[in-house]
Amino acid sequence: MEIETLRTERTELTAAYASLAGQGLRFLTMVASDEKECGVDRFVLRYFFAKDAGKLVCLETIVPGADPHYPSLAEVLPATSWYEREARDLMGVVPDGHPDPRNLIFHDRFPEGIYPLRKDFTSHTFIPRTESAFTYPLVKGEGVFEVPVGPIHAGVIEPGHFRFQVMGDTILHLETRVFFTHRGIEKKSENMDVEKGLRLAERICTVCNVSHAMSYAQAVEQIAGAQIPARAQYLRMLFAEMERLYNHVGDIGNICAGIGFAYGSNHGARLKEMLLQLNERMTGHRYLRGTIALGGVARDLDDGQLQEILRLTQEIGKNAGEVANDVLANGIAVDRYANTGVLAADIVRKFAAVGPAARASGVDVDARRDHPYAAYSQLAFEVPLQSGGDVLARFNMRALETGQSVSLINQIINKMPDGEIAGKIGDLPAYRYGIGITESPRGENVHFVMTGERNAIFRYRVRSAAYANWPVVPLCVPGTIVPDFPLINKSFELCYACCDR
Amino acid sequence: MLAVIKRLWKYGLGTANPQHLALSPEEAAVFAETAQKHMAAQSSAALSELRERLPKAIKKAFGRSLHVRHVDTGSCNGAEWELAAMLNPVYDVQRFGIDFVASPRHADMLLVTGGVTRNLEEALRKTYAATPSPKLVVAVGSSACGDDLIGETYANLGGVDRIIPVDVYVPGDPPSPREILHGILTAVEKTEKLRK
Repeated sequence: MEIETLRTERTELTAAYASLAGQGLRFLTMVASDEKECGVDRFVLRYFFAKDAGKLVCLETIVPGADPHYPSLAEVLPATSWYEREARDLMGVVPDGHPDPRNLIFHDRFPEGIYPLRKDFTSHTFIPRTESAFTYPLVKGEGVFEVPVGPIHAGVIEPGHFRFQVMGDTILHLETRVFFTHRGIEKKSENMDVEKGLRLAERICTVCNVSHAMSYAQAVEQIAGAQIPARAQYLRMLFAEMERLYNHVGDIGNICAGIGFAYGSNHGARLKEMLLQLNERMTGHRYLRGTIALGGVARDLDDGQLQEILRLTQEIGKNAGEVANDVLANGIAVDRYANTGVLAADIVRKFAAVGPAARASGVDVDARRDHPYAAYSQLAFEVPLQSGGDVLARFNMRALETGQSVSLINQIINKMPDGEIAGKIGDLPAYRYGIGITESPRGENVHFVMTGERNAIFRYRVRSAAYANWPVVPLCVPGTIVPDFPLINKSFELCYACCDR
Repeated sequence: MLAVIKRLWKYGLGTANPQHLALSPEEAAVFAETAQKHMAAQSSAALSELRERLPKAIKKAFGRSLHVRHVDTGSCNGAEWELAAMLNPVYDVQRFGIDFVASPRHADMLLVTGGVTRNLEEALRKTYAATPSPKLVVAVGSSACGDDLIGETYANLGGVDRIIPVDVYVPGDPPSPREILHGILTAVEKTEKLRK
């Protein structure tokens, strides 16, 4: 990963971004860190953009501790909105002129002026409650009602809060609130040994844990300049594709559950269970946890196991394709999926949304191809695209990508090199950062890791696919009806745990 | 040996990878044996034992069926997926007389996942208050049991029993559907004993 750094005064930030805007860069993440210990006058903001394959641009500016203000980029680059709000909540750096100055991470009754990610704050400090309330925009008019839903939902699902403004069945406006499951993982990681940090990265979200572990490991390996053995690269890709497969096959069923179509949802659940049991037989964990190690992988597989994975994934992949075709042959299902929750390509670009959701709107992004990692550059695969941007397109994406994953697993197993499964990392230089990018089942997953003294983590910032995509979910809802929302939500299938951290 | 069990308890058998636990050769042997038992417990024989005991225990304690309500208080999404898997055609817990209900007001038991974040503390209290007595609480997963890597932070309280009383703890990261079922059975049999 080559990173080109562009340093600018905070007052010149908007102009510096404007000079970059013409280059067709894609926004990745913004990281704020408290770098007083490194002799900087307190806060450093880094806006990362993707340029070409393996090349990033970093727009860097310093915000002084005495006056922690800087001009917001959210007006010109809506994708940065959440990052800037989060930095204000957790770090106390204020984006002047931000279009939405409300809290993001902290919900009601958290005191002002407490910033957990500053270095002088201890991770387990108890924060007392105060009186404050969060405001939602109201739509006023005759016959307009407000419908609040969550955070505890009717089904077995993670917590989020949705405020619908409805007229009859039609949704006029939707406001979503996530970060209920914010556990303070990034703060927890400070001063943690990098090896232990990998275990923490796996606990951000169980169903994307291979992707999180790989992103984290790649960032650390970048700092160390470590070389990964060929067999480890291939095994990493195998675990990553097995993770994608069980997620996508489950999603094919889950989207059917969104319309109460028992045939599809039960077959999806059955096939997903087969894959989870395969994971457990091969690696000892139903969700493949503990497979990735720093410098390689922690689990080797013998030829018998590889052949069994090959046989079963081919069979289950074929079966999932048949189920998807059966669903698409059902008039009612297609009627519910088509033209529901249309996400415009323009919105995807403005908010830098990622993954199957972006590709279903015709935006061609895939980290496996755009920022080749592991050994993806040695394999042949296509990046499927759809143009509709509706639930049907997102359903089709899952089916098409399942086929690609099965083909990738086939290539990986047939090309599996011999040799070591893990290299050495050694001691890490202090105050250096690395960026690890992988394609999780939900899209591009970007981890920023900065080391401190004695191989400990200094700053860790996770930008999961869910974090990039949550802001666009409410934008494809207005005009649809309330009963369609669970379906739209399932078609994105974003983890709350990944987003909230 | 005790150290091994402690570490297994902390990380759950599923996550336990001999390389991460830094085991001595003797410990590794014990570990392998335990892991084998764990895998055997996942077999259909163990499931059929549950099939025998669960409906009987539920009938005895609740008359007909057991209604459970899931509450996510800041989990890492693993326990949610395993709870959802309990409804798939393989485990199909409805045949044991267990059903997930939409409202805590209909529930006999709360299955709580996650270490209780500050943003969900109040939701958990309200859910518990809305559940009619007699009620059971099962903490599902290591973080809900108050024993995980994240523990106490400014945003996380570190365990369900910091907020509400817990009847049964099911560790694991996440515990498998069969382990969760076993936890439910333990809680139900406990009620029977209480009622006698």
